Amino acid sequence: MNVLVYLDSADGRVKKPVYEAISYAKRLTQSSGGQVHGLVLGASDEADLKSLGKYGLDVAHHVDDARFSSFDSRAYTMAIGKFVEANPCTHVVFAFNHRGKALAPRVAARLDLTYVPGAMALPAEDGTVVRGVNSGKAFAHVKANKSGMVLAVTGNATELLNEEVEASISAFDAGLSDGDFAIKVVKVEKMGGGIILTEADRVVSAGRGLKGPENWAMIEELAGTLKAATACSRPVSDVGWRPHREHVGQTGTTVRPNLYFAIGISGAIQHLAGVNQSRTIVVINTDPEAPFFKAADYGIVGDAFDVVPKLNAALKAHFAA
Amino acid sequence: MNILVPVRKVPDTTAKIAFTPDGKSFDANGVQFVMNPTDEWYALVRAVELKESLGGTITLINIGGADNDQIIRKGLAIGGDDAVRIEGDDRDAHFCAKAISAYAKANAFDLIITGKEAIDDNGFQLAAMIAEFMDWPFISQATRLDVEGDVCHLSREIEGGHEDVEVSKPLVVSASKGMAEQRIPNMRGIMMARSKPLNVIQAEDSSVSSEVAKYALPPEKGDVKLIDADNIDELITLLKNEAKAI
Ligand SMILES: Cc1cc2nc3c(=O)[nH]c(=O)nc-3n(C[C@H](O)[C@H](O)[C@H](O)COP(=O)(O)OP(=O)(O)OC[C@H]3O[C@@H](n4cnc5c(N)ncnc54)[C@H](O)[C@@H]3O)c2cc1C
Repeated sequence: MNVLVYLDSADGRVKKPVYEAISYAKRLTQSSGGQVHGLVLGASDEADLKSLGKYGLDVAHHVDDARFSSFDSRAYTMAIGKFVEANPCTHVVFAFNHRGKALAPRVAARLDLTYVPGAMALPAEDGTVVRGVNSGKAFAHVKANKSGMVLAVTGNATELLNEEVEASISAFDAGLSDGDFAIKVVKVEKMGGGIILTEADRVVSAGRGLKGPENWAMIEELAGTLKAATACSRPVSDVGWRPHREHVGQTGTTVRPNLYFAIGISGAIQHLAGVNQSRTIVVINTDPEAPFFKAADYGIVGDAFDVVPKLNAALKAHFAA
Repeated sequence: MNILVPVRKVPDTTAKIAFTPDGKSFDANGVQFVMNPTDEWYALVRAVELKESLGGTITLINIGGADNDQIIRKGLAIGGDDAVRIEGDDRDAHFCAKAISAYAKANAFDLIITGKEAIDDNGFQLAAMIAEFMDWPFISQATRLDVEGDVCHLSREIEGGHEDVEVSKPLVVSASKGMAEQRIPNMRGIMMARSKPLNVIQAEDSSVSSEVAKYALPPEKGDVKLIDADNIDELITLLKNEAKAI
């Protein structure tokens, strides 16, 4: 049983959440002894592809075709479909990131495989795969009715492998025509330098308790010290104190970092829904009755304007030691 | 321009989530249901705005039983012209996408817009599957959608930013925050919605691609450890040694 991993890339390099997808795929093949194939569409870097052997990739197939520089889920799905036709795979694995979310269901529909979005673990002995539903308030154990699966895996679904092997490299021609590409990217805007929320290991999030946008400097400093991404509650992004992309919760982005700091956020059920799968939650709030404390591992009852600078200094000292 | 807007019924955001004792189905006892927020606030409202400026019709499509009609009527009150309900269970996205695309193929639509994700399913899957069954382009997690003749101008979310794209109709769009602002239906809308057509049809293909063997609730969280604001070093020690988070 061979498994295909879609090697999502940006600027010619495979993205970090894909590493885990590769290790996940490798473990899927372990009982059958199949191979893990990876497919990268558009620009790639040979050394980067080879290094993915470390995480369990056997063969990296690259499609050198500049037309893939604009993400077009239809053309990408055609290419993946052509690859699977030529190299049969029972499972296709994606990272559950932006492109994975746009592409994996399409690929499942095209290949007539069962799709499991947000897989949180390897298949259990009975073949079911667990995923989060109801915005983190519950789990569903999904049973496939098709012969194979497309799995989009969340962070922390499996441990990264670390093997001293290189992946081998192979070129693949997807054979698409110009008419298969329909989407034209006219402008890309990326925030400079900061850590990307959906990929972050640590998140520092703040709410209306901060009083105004001018008070976010201390939040950004704390995030800088922790190498964390910044996030916020919904009202904070609604009034424009922070950009929409920072809005976490049931109607914003769902995050699952190792460490989540909630500062001046009350912990409304809709907010908790998007963050309660974080491994460790620290809450700083003046109100000892704030509902967030019930969802927290550690809490400080105190004024953010007093606690955050002290916390930042203590963390700085810790990391410097 | 004719727009199809798939809308889903979901438990209200404050609903207490529980399952039947066998763990196989959602326990709807005492739960309020609403239209999926991203379908309502972003997809439907943007469709209404486009109709207001460009003309055309908006058709709502939903999968479920007659108990969904209340939500569909709300969509009609916000600005849908007519609605179709496909009898069936909306839990399998593959089934839903097949049924919706079968309807869309039989009718002429320029755009299919829905919310980026359902807050009960969290799969981000319906729109992409519809796009594949239609063989149309798909823009996911779009925060802007403007239409100029045959060309659509959109912004979509990417990791750490967004990109502007152009693509010709027809296409499928999944809508994120930023695309539109929530609209509260007014009295006139609510009155008019009562007489708008809501047709019930059967799905041709009832096969499902997955089933839920069982649902489970997360383990209860232990009590929070409170740390004194004057003793930050204790928090650092706990984060380091106990949580192993720093
Ligand atoms: C359908 C629906 C969907 C929603 N989706 C989301 C969502 O996705 N995400 C989301 O976040 N919300 C969502 N909400 C809104 C949610 O219900 C809450 O209103 C919101 O999360 C509250 O934001 P907040 O905690 O920042 O503000 P508040 O509730 O105003 O809380 C501010 C907190 O700061 C504390 N505080 C004040 N001063 C200080 C200080 N100096 N130092 C420390 N603490 C201080 C206060 O004690 C309080 O607990 C949704 C609501 C609805 C109805």
